Amino acid sequence: MTTESGRSDNLAALLRDRAETLTARWVELSAAPLKGRLSVAELDRELTELYSVLLAAVETGNRDAHGSAFADVRALLSDISRRRARAGFTPTETAIGVFALKQAFFELVDRAEGAGLGDVVVLSQLLDALGLWTFESYARAREEVIDEQAEQLLELTTPVVKLWDGVLAVPLVGTLDSARTQVVMEKLLESLVSTGAAHAIIDITGVLAVDTQVAQHLLKTVMAARLMGAECTISGIRPHIAQTIVGLGIEFGDIPTKASLADALRHALKRSGVDFVRADGRR
Amino acid sequence: MERIPILKIGDVLLASIQIDLQDRDVLALQEDLAERISETGAHGVILDITAVDIVDSFIGRMFATIAATSRLFDAHTVVVGMRPAVAITLVELGLTLGEVRTALDLEKGLAILAELGEQAPR
Repeated sequence: MTTESGRSDNLAALLRDRAETLTARWVELSAAPLKGRLSVAELDRELTELYSVLLAAVETGNRDAHGSAFADVRALLSDISRRRARAGFTPTETAIGVFALKQAFFELVDRAEGAGLGDVVVLSQLLDALGLWTFESYARAREEVIDEQAEQLLELTTPVVKLWDGVLAVPLVGTLDSARTQVVMEKLLESLVSTGAAHAIIDITGVLAVDTQVAQHLLKTVMAARLMGAECTISGIRPHIAQTIVGLGIEFGDIPTKASLADALRHALKRSGVDFVRADGRR
Repeated sequence: MERIPILKIGDVLLASIQIDLQDRDVLALQEDLAERISETGAHGVILDITAVDIVDSFIGRMFATIAATSRLFDAHTVVVGMRPAVAITLVELGLTLGEVRTALDLEKGLAILAELGEQAPR
C-alpha cells in the first residue's frame, strides 16, 4: 500500500504542478472538434473548474472513479454532459472533453517531465471510467429529452374543444395506445365536470387504426361519461376501420356512432333540444 | 354511525352524501330511503355523490339496489355529480348501474325527474 500511495502522491503532485500547462493544452484539444460551437472562454471556465475538482479528488489518494472521493467530479461531469446533450452535441464531441486530458497528459509524459508509467496507467484508467460516466450521463439526458417530448406530444394531441353550449368534442389524431386513451378519458371526463356539458363527441377521423384494445378503451370512456350523466357519441369512423371493427366482432352496443363530426353535432343538438331553421324560414 | 340526511323538495327526495361511504352507511341509507318514499309518496330520488371520492363494487351495486327498490314505489332514481375518478373505477370494475339515471349536477338531475314525471302523469 505504501508504494501505491507514494505513486498516487506523485500523480497528484504532477497534476498540481503542471496544472496550467495541462489545462491550457486540454482546452486547446477539446476546442478543436467543437468547431467554435462553444466559445473557448466558456470551455476554459468549464474545464478549469473540472480540473480543480479532479485534482482535489486525486489528492485524496483514492483512485476509484465510482467512489465517494469522485462524487464532485461525477456531478460536474453529469452537469456538463447534460448541457452538451441538450445543446445538440454528438456523444463523441461530449466525451472528447474528458479524453483530451489524457492526450494532454501523454504529451507531458512524452516530454519526460517526471511522470512514470504507473502514473500514466492510473490516470488513463481513471479518465476511461470518467469518460464512460460522461457517455452515461449524455444518454440519460437524451432519454429525458425524449420522455419530455413524448409527454408534450401527449398533451398537445388531446385537446377538448367546445362545439356548442353543452357539447364537447375530442378530435383524436394519430395512434391510440392505452396511455393516450387514458389521458383522453381523464381529460374528457374532467372537462364534462368543469363545463357541465351533457354531450361529448369523440371524433376518430384522424385515427389510423383501431384494434380490440383501443375499442375497449373507447367503450370504457363512453361508459364512464354515461355514469357521470353525459352522453357520448363516436364519430368519424373511416370505412376500413368500420370493416376492422365488424371483423373483430367489437360490439358498440347502444352507443351512437355517426359518420362525420357534423352528423354527431346535429345528433347532440337534437338531443339537447336545439332546432335549426334557415334564416329565410325554409328548413 | 352517521345517518345520511334525506331532504324533501316537492315530491323529490334528496340524499346528499358528504362522508366517506361505509357499507353499513349505504345499507342504512337504503332502509331510510325506502321508508321515506313510502311515507311521502315521492316520485323521484336524487343521490348526490359530488363529495364522494371512493366507491367500491358493493356501494356501486347498492346504487342499483336503491333504484330497484324505489321503482317498486314508482319513483325514479338519479345519481348526480359523479366524479371522473369514481366513474372510471366503476367502469373498470365492470359495473353498470342498471336502471339508475345519472346527471352531471343536481340541477340536471331535477330536470330529468321533471321530464320523467311529465311522461307518466299520475
